[in-house]
Amino acid sequence: MSKAIAAVASVPMHRGRMRGGLGALFLRSEPLRGYTLLTPTLLIMAFGICIPFAILIAMSFWTQQGFDFDMTLTLANYSTAFEQPIYEALMLRSLAISGTCTIATVLLSYPMAYYVAFHVHQHKMIWIILITLPFWTSYLLRVFAWKIILGYNGVINSGLKGLGLIDQPLEFLLYSQSAVMITLAHAWAAFAILPMYVSLEKIDRTLLEAATDLGDGPVARFLRVTLPLSLPGIIAATLIMFIPTVGDYITPALLGGPDGVMIGNLIQAQFGKVNNWPMGAALAIAMMITVAVCALTFMLVTRKAKEHIE
Amino acid sequence: MNEVSYIQRPNRPLRFYALLYLAFLYIPVLFLPLFSLNDSIYIAFPLKDFTLKWYAQMFANEPMFAALMNSFRVGVATSVLATFLGIFAAKAVTRYRMPGRAPLVTFIMLPLVIPGVIFGVALLILMSRLGIRLSLYTITLGHILICVPFAMATLIPRFEGFDKSIEEASADLGENMWWTFWRVTFPIVFPGIIASLLLCFTISFDEFIMAFFLSGTDPTLPLFMWGQLRFPAKLPGVLALGSVILVVSFLVVFFSQWIRNRGIQSKNRSGA
Repeated sequence: MSKAIAAVASVPMHRGRMRGGLGALFLRSEPLRGYTLLTPTLLIMAFGICIPFAILIAMSFWTQQGFDFDMTLTLANYSTAFEQPIYEALMLRSLAISGTCTIATVLLSYPMAYYVAFHVHQHKMIWIILITLPFWTSYLLRVFAWKIILGYNGVINSGLKGLGLIDQPLEFLLYSQSAVMITLAHAWAAFAILPMYVSLEKIDRTLLEAATDLGDGPVARFLRVTLPLSLPGIIAATLIMFIPTVGDYITPALLGGPDGVMIGNLIQAQFGKVNNWPMGAALAIAMMITVAVCALTFMLVTRKAKEHIE
Repeated sequence: MNEVSYIQRPNRPLRFYALLYLAFLYIPVLFLPLFSLNDSIYIAFPLKDFTLKWYAQMFANEPMFAALMNSFRVGVATSVLATFLGIFAAKAVTRYRMPGRAPLVTFIMLPLVIPGVIFGVALLILMSRLGIRLSLYTITLGHILICVPFAMATLIPRFEGFDKSIEEASADLGENMWWTFWRVTFPIVFPGIIASLLLCFTISFDEFIMAFFLSGTDPTLPLFMWGQLRFPAKLPGVLALGSVILVVSFLVVFFSQWIRNRGIQSKNRSGA
């Protein structure tokens, strides 16, 4: 009886310190209960992330021998990766394609995010769902759709020919770097919009009114209030798109042609027809380090720039 | 302060731009169903007659049905397991104050930013070193790793969205942890669970890269389509199949997002 009274009394108090009964130490220790609940997920993720990457790193120091591996540690794969110009060229090309495409997508998506955050008042959720919906559908199919559009006899070429505007199909459309960029931009647009939308949505509207009341015009207001406050969203959008697209290989494989081959295709080939897994592992590690360095540099530069402005 | 201020005046050019942007997102994808109804083996304008024969052929395609069933099994297993793990994790990080919570969440979210190729080959190496034969099970494992972050991201807002004291009241009135979860927490987060199940299923069903590296002899549907792309004669069949997949994915995802957001919105409206 007294337990019940104590229990009821404890309800309004947060965290229920007065919980009686079987409250063993375990139940009282919040962190312990939290960790216990988190353990299954954490174990699976650790098994699926840490161990594979540890082996990947180890393997990058091995050597392929037929269908087996020589497990003596050597830096040979890395020195090959540095010495052979093809690897460097493909890495730089991947960074260039992905970087250009990321910047273009972020710039083009910002007005969209801005529109939904500031100018859509009803059915905001419908807009968000509409923007994200294509992202959930098959990546392979979306790439394939672009192949249909840009192909030699594709939508654009056959359409233009039907209208009598061209005699010969435009060959630069498919199997080029621009085809890869357009497709990547289309495929990752939702990823670029969402972080920017979230940070724009969070901006306190009274700040904008204050800026207006203090004499700022729309442009000055945008540059001095909206843009700086949405900067974290812009940075997040850039990184969230740049990091995975550098290693993309479906798009270049289907649409890139010889000019559009990227580092991801090379890595995949090492595990496929080339059959040199350690070399592939070394390339994968080299790519991850390069991407991480780029991402960190970008973050540092933007942080410095922000401090400078403030 | 009045709700609609002069800052939020309608902006016609911006609205036009937004609609153009949506068109850019949707029109390319719409060519798949368009050409799947075209009576020509060549995918080009001008359109020929309307036909359903590609769809009829699709239903007679046995390897495709085998691949469909494989994808279905992987998708169901993935969505159930990933959502299960997501529920535990989301409850843990929203309900308990734990030191080191932020880095742990970041760690679980890592698969979102690991390039697919690298994650795929890393798991391939793991399986080969452990001597595990590649099969639908290895694909499922890969898909679970990709889906748990999405499940968690879907579920966390649901868990954050209701008052913790309801759970405490239940516990204080004598329910144990499991019954509290079943009778109080579960009904409240239920829309989130459905949304997570549907999303994880769609992701797994459409996923290609992991499946590409981790598949044994049984292909999933995206792998099957990838194989068909090499034969120009089979392209219209792929279009028909792709259109069906697109329509189903659109409906499933729209439904899941609608459930999820409706729940959260109505909470915002009734709650303060």
